[in-house]
Amino acid sequence: MAIIAIQNLTYHYPQTTQPALQDLSFQVEEGEFVAVIGANGAGKSTLCYALTGFAPHFFRGEMSGQVLVAGLDTRHTPLEELMLVAGLVFQNPGNQISGAKFTVYEEIAFGLENLGVPPAEMRPRIDRIMALTGITDFANRSPYALSGGQQQRVALASILVMEPKLLVLDEPTSQLDPIGSREVFETIRAMSKQGMTVIMAEHKLEWVATFADRVIALANGEIILNGPPAEVLTSPLLIEHHIGQTRYTTVAKQAQAEQLWPPERALPVVIDEAEAGFRAYKK
Amino acid sequence: MSMRIAIENLHFTYPSGVVALRNVTLAIEAGEQLAIIGQNGSGKTTLIKQLNGLLRPSQGTVRIGDWLTTEHSVAKMAARVGYVFQNPDDQLFKGTVRDEVRFGPGNLGFPAEKIELLVQQALTLLELTDKADVNPYDLTATWRKRVAMAAVLAMDTPIVIFDEPTTGQDYQSVQRLAQIFQTLHEQGKTVIAISHDIDFVAENFSRIVVMGQGQVLLDGPAQTVFAQAEVLNSTDVEPPQLTRLGQRLAIGPVVYTVENFLAALRKENDMQGER
Repeated sequence: MAIIAIQNLTYHYPQTTQPALQDLSFQVEEGEFVAVIGANGAGKSTLCYALTGFAPHFFRGEMSGQVLVAGLDTRHTPLEELMLVAGLVFQNPGNQISGAKFTVYEEIAFGLENLGVPPAEMRPRIDRIMALTGITDFANRSPYALSGGQQQRVALASILVMEPKLLVLDEPTSQLDPIGSREVFETIRAMSKQGMTVIMAEHKLEWVATFADRVIALANGEIILNGPPAEVLTSPLLIEHHIGQTRYTTVAKQAQAEQLWPPERALPVVIDEAEAGFRAYKK
Repeated sequence: MSMRIAIENLHFTYPSGVVALRNVTLAIEAGEQLAIIGQNGSGKTTLIKQLNGLLRPSQGTVRIGDWLTTEHSVAKMAARVGYVFQNPDDQLFKGTVRDEVRFGPGNLGFPAEKIELLVQQALTLLELTDKADVNPYDLTATWRKRVAMAAVLAMDTPIVIFDEPTTGQDYQSVQRLAQIFQTLHEQGKTVIAISHDIDFVAENFSRIVVMGQGQVLLDGPAQTVFAQAEVLNSTDVEPPQLTRLGQRLAIGPVVYTVENFLAALRKENDMQGER
């Protein structure tokens, strides 16, 4: 069943003439992991806001078309109600941290308190999520005393603990080291396997190729590609629209021109495919 | 005056008691392009904050040219070491992009003409000329990051430090950044960057310092550093995409750019043809 159904979505920020999103239509099935890629200014963050109701409820602006999330029409559903089904992890963790709490533990508890979860139920949920996101050691520290990467883990935990049906993430690991990023992506992947739907805006294409079921590419507020990672990430349109490609795709494409990559073989987007292709040719 | 950086037996402990640097000794010659990599909390940011005097050694010394950082104010150090913060919002506070970029050189007491020239050059280099009269906070985070860079580059310091320059930047911006680093290199400046973006580091820096738990674990060119997969792993760093692919395919030596990967592949192929 589709948990997200978007029909002809167009959105303008207040006092702008150029739409940030233009005539978007797509559906996402429950449990899918969809990555959204695009150059800066292509509309990735705005799409994250539209899926969670921040656009238009928080950012105002002008919206036409329809966004249905778990059956709720975002335009006609209050933000408080949408937050129960759709959680947004902001690009800058500083925007997420409430500022109302003194410790990381209290910060994670904050959302649950607002949901009216009984205290006896809260503790095990918080402990589990803190372990899952690797922040147990910081439980009693101030969220502001943490590094950017640690804050990103706290921001993720504060949303995951509310167990949203739809998890929307805007570059969730931009300040984490590579292994930390991998851990976070693996956590998100595991949540998606358990049925959580994930929409993630991300620049790092190697991660997109490794973890996403499907990729939507945006350019100038419009969808230019929508399909499996292997197909979208090897499209020449990505270069044209300044989105780039993985190094695996780049080397295989150049190698193909020199007869060092099998002529009929699809270009790789992950290391395993790249290895297999170059090996096949060596024989 | 050569702006050699000499760090000797540097120890640093934060007031909270956290030991962030343990006996770091490092010399960086004028004009080098150096990247510092390593896991979150390994001491990278603490180390570079020692270079402009934002932090001072608990033990040991840091020299920038003939100056000991303990003997000069942060304001004075700013003439030698420019520092671009990871988060531009930690840095920006003026009403227009032009005023923001003018602030630094103005503070250094340059003559008015020189200031205008430096501002113009920095705006051009960062492609900000048409945004000069905009409030930085009306720009997206990506563009604010460019404003923060322009503001530092306009100070024309012999040493420029970047903390995570590629964060949140798209493909085209990252390519532009590589060109900017090249321009700075050609001007003879020392460029130091902290980065988690290992592919960017591999392609743009001739020397790489790997940190872990407050110490320098590795220091050398990409070729030798990326060969040490175990040491890298100990500080949560994965070698570049093409290094890993090259290792799996056993094409040698250590490759890390599209060009040297293809060169190694061609060589391998020629050798097979001869057999």
